[in-house]
Amino acid sequence: MKTELSLIAVAAALALPGLAEARPITVTTELDNYGGRGAYLAVYVTDAAGAYQGTLYVAGRKSRYFRHLSDWARAGGSAADGSTGASVGSGRTLTVSVDLADALFDAGYEIHVDVAVEDMRDSPSDAVVPLTTTGAGQPVAGRSYVQSLRYDM
Amino acid sequence: MLRRLHSLPGLFAGLLVALIALTGAILSVEPALERAGISQSTNAPMTVADFAAVVQTRFPEAERILRKASGQIVVYSFDGDVPRADIVDPVTAEPLADYVPSDFTRWVTDLHRSLLLGEWGRAASGVGAAVMVLMTLSGAAMVAARMGGWKAFFGRVRGTGRQRWHVQLARFAVAGLLLSAATGAYMSLTNFDFVPDGLDTEPEFPMTVDGGAPMAVDQIAALKAVDMVALRELSFPYASDPTDVYTLTTATGMGFIDQATGETLSWLDNNTARQIYEFVFMLHTGQGLWWLALILGAGAVTVPVLAATGALVWWARRRATPQIKGNGAAQMADTIILVGTEGNSTWGFARTLHQELTAKGNVVHVTAMNQVASGYKRAERLFVLTATYGDGTAPASASQFTARLSSLAMAPVPVSVLGFGDRQFPQFCKFAKDVAAAFAAKGWPVLVPLETIDRQSAQEFARWGEAVGAALGNPMVLAHVPVLPKTVTLRLADREDYGAELQSPAAILRFVAGDGVIAASGLRGVWQRFRGQGLPAYAPGDLVGILPPDSTLPRFYSLASGRKDGTLEICVRKQPGGLCSGALMAMQVGDTIEGFVKPNPTFRPAHGHAPVILIGAGTGIGPLAGFIRDNRGKRPMHLYFGARDPQWDFLYQLQLLGWLADNRLTRLTTAFSRVAARAYVQDRLREDQVHLRELIAKGAQIIVCGGRDMGLGVAAALDEVLAPMGLSAVKLRAGGRYVEDVY
Repeated sequence: MKTELSLIAVAAALALPGLAEARPITVTTELDNYGGRGAYLAVYVTDAAGAYQGTLYVAGRKSRYFRHLSDWARAGGSAADGSTGASVGSGRTLTVSVDLADALFDAGYEIHVDVAVEDMRDSPSDAVVPLTTTGAGQPVAGRSYVQSLRYDM
Repeated sequence: MLRRLHSLPGLFAGLLVALIALTGAILSVEPALERAGISQSTNAPMTVADFAAVVQTRFPEAERILRKASGQIVVYSFDGDVPRADIVDPVTAEPLADYVPSDFTRWVTDLHRSLLLGEWGRAASGVGAAVMVLMTLSGAAMVAARMGGWKAFFGRVRGTGRQRWHVQLARFAVAGLLLSAATGAYMSLTNFDFVPDGLDTEPEFPMTVDGGAPMAVDQIAALKAVDMVALRELSFPYASDPTDVYTLTTATGMGFIDQATGETLSWLDNNTARQIYEFVFMLHTGQGLWWLALILGAGAVTVPVLAATGALVWWARRRATPQIKGNGAAQMADTIILVGTEGNSTWGFARTLHQELTAKGNVVHVTAMNQVASGYKRAERLFVLTATYGDGTAPASASQFTARLSSLAMAPVPVSVLGFGDRQFPQFCKFAKDVAAAFAAKGWPVLVPLETIDRQSAQEFARWGEAVGAALGNPMVLAHVPVLPKTVTLRLADREDYGAELQSPAAILRFVAGDGVIAASGLRGVWQRFRGQGLPAYAPGDLVGILPPDSTLPRFYSLASGRKDGTLEICVRKQPGGLCSGALMAMQVGDTIEGFVKPNPTFRPAHGHAPVILIGAGTGIGPLAGFIRDNRGKRPMHLYFGARDPQWDFLYQLQLLGWLADNRLTRLTTAFSRVAARAYVQDRLREDQVHLRELIAKGAQIIVCGGRDMGLGVAAALDEVLAPMGLSAVKLRAGGRYVEDVY
């Protein structure tokens, strides 16, 4: 079964670097059948140096557990930067639609997905995909929980 | 009020609470199982630095070491691209098994804390925990009230089987249940952020690190300073990232460690909220306290039984709740009947009185004592029918009466108080006496002086009715018919006759079930009873209510046998003009009669090995013989038996001699009143007083069965015997050491 989440979110930080042009993209994160409780996910963007730029989406309602999304949390990620929703079950797919500034493409920016599941391992930056105009639609595999991560324009 | 606080939430949330408790009980074995799986071979102290080094040699791509409260150690690592989680040896880090949290445990945990219903389920579960707190507190207060104070909390429980089960189990489990429920409610509150748990605070992540070449893990000072016992978690830095750090979590706090210098970069001690949360979490889950978990689990197992027996007790009370047909309006009635009752049985008597007075042309209003109005305009007389609760206090339906009585604003009318109770209790009819005294103090005239009814005796009630009729100048007949339990057909299997020559024939009668099913023992017996076959469960000392043909008024006889003996045995003496005894004595083997068993749990030997002094006369020997027959543990039993003539009415003579021979009976003392050396059983008690005092000093219990006159004589004789010890029959009775069944 697929969890479809349609979101139109223009996070201020992602309208960087000040250029007006933005394009809609859809980020699709497909999870393995890892066989545990619902996963907490943070989908966020870093720059070429790995510095946090902004949050696209956070799955999971309890902020107390956000620290287990450790790359995101330590980089200064905050759920207030993006949209939020329920945790994502084993084997399910999270689809996030956002508008991203054109300037973010082909400039070394990356989409990261941190994943954490109760009583199982924390997996910061489980999957990472660079933002390029040619990379759209090309799925990459994650390390632990993420079966595939891709974005479509 | 207390009862309502207990039963209403119990009824509404019973299933929910039972489910939470059962799943909790299943989870309670996890800590013990987990601990059993850990090798406890070496306990030599080891630092986190040394262990981390061992881990790194076995798992080059180790990510995280997790030490669980049980001492189990889990290592998360990568083997190339494959993520792994291993349970490892706590010394050598040798992988022992894949760490795969059980699906079953996760499912039971989710059922326990959220009923598999997400956040709403979690809220329901939290409410369930709060209800459980309320139930344990109100239940404990009810037990204390019932037993006559907190000091007597663990005293002997009286009541029907289901009531005793409920109270016994609850007393066993109450402390554990309160702990489980209170900690569970707290955890629910933290989950919904009503109470802080301190889990979301972390030390500040270091902005700058040394960045130099990484140090070998076993050289890192910050890790060398921590013993493995204090470790919760250690996360290794990313291999490829020189700016990353070690993340160390211990029992006391959390911090980040520079991988190049081995120094702690930032550290945060656990805050108070987190310390409290972790302590409560340990108490609730038993993680790290496996023995506590097992104790709490054992307590939790009782909850479904408590819910079921509680519902049964409630239902029995509910079914006995009154329906008064043609109840007169309060302000139109000339006669007011106020009812004070705990178990609702008094309502039946009030209904009988209501019917009879109504039939005589009165307008009669019946209501609970708590519902008494501030005045009755047309009242000409007032009846109060009330029981007494526990240690002489007001029963449930009269708990507010004393306060309301003082604000009763009406001209005094003649009042008549009738008390209901059980002479076994030291404070027999105390509340009724208090009410009568309160009316007298207010200057109300008396219609009929205070009268008492022992154990719902219909005969005593009828006598009181005659007195009331005489006082009203209008004879009345109060034929009280209690709501009878379902009867079974009893078939006479055997009879032993005595005393025909004394013009006072008596007999031992043995019945079997009318359906011919012989009681089986064990599970088959339970199955038989479930299917309504054979005889119901009973033990010597319980009562059988016999319904003579064409009568709805049962007569009660003490049972001399238990169900496991295969027959239902009673002793009967033919009473002059006695309807029931006449019918029983006329029965031939093979004849049938209807009866039902009524538990009489107070009348039997207390548990233990203390001596038992049995005192009986005539057919009163029946239940005493049953107690001796059951005395397979050979505790000391001394029987004092009185009859008329050893030649004609020495009931159970042969059996008693046999029981003396095999030590079920220690000593037999007899007294016969129709022989040359005539004596009564109380004479023998006085002669034996030194010996009796020795037995009492050893904690002996006295059990008396016989006619009322004999009972009074025995009590008087025992008072003389006990006086040198500063004791009396009344004092022994208060401690449950003097029980009697007199008729």
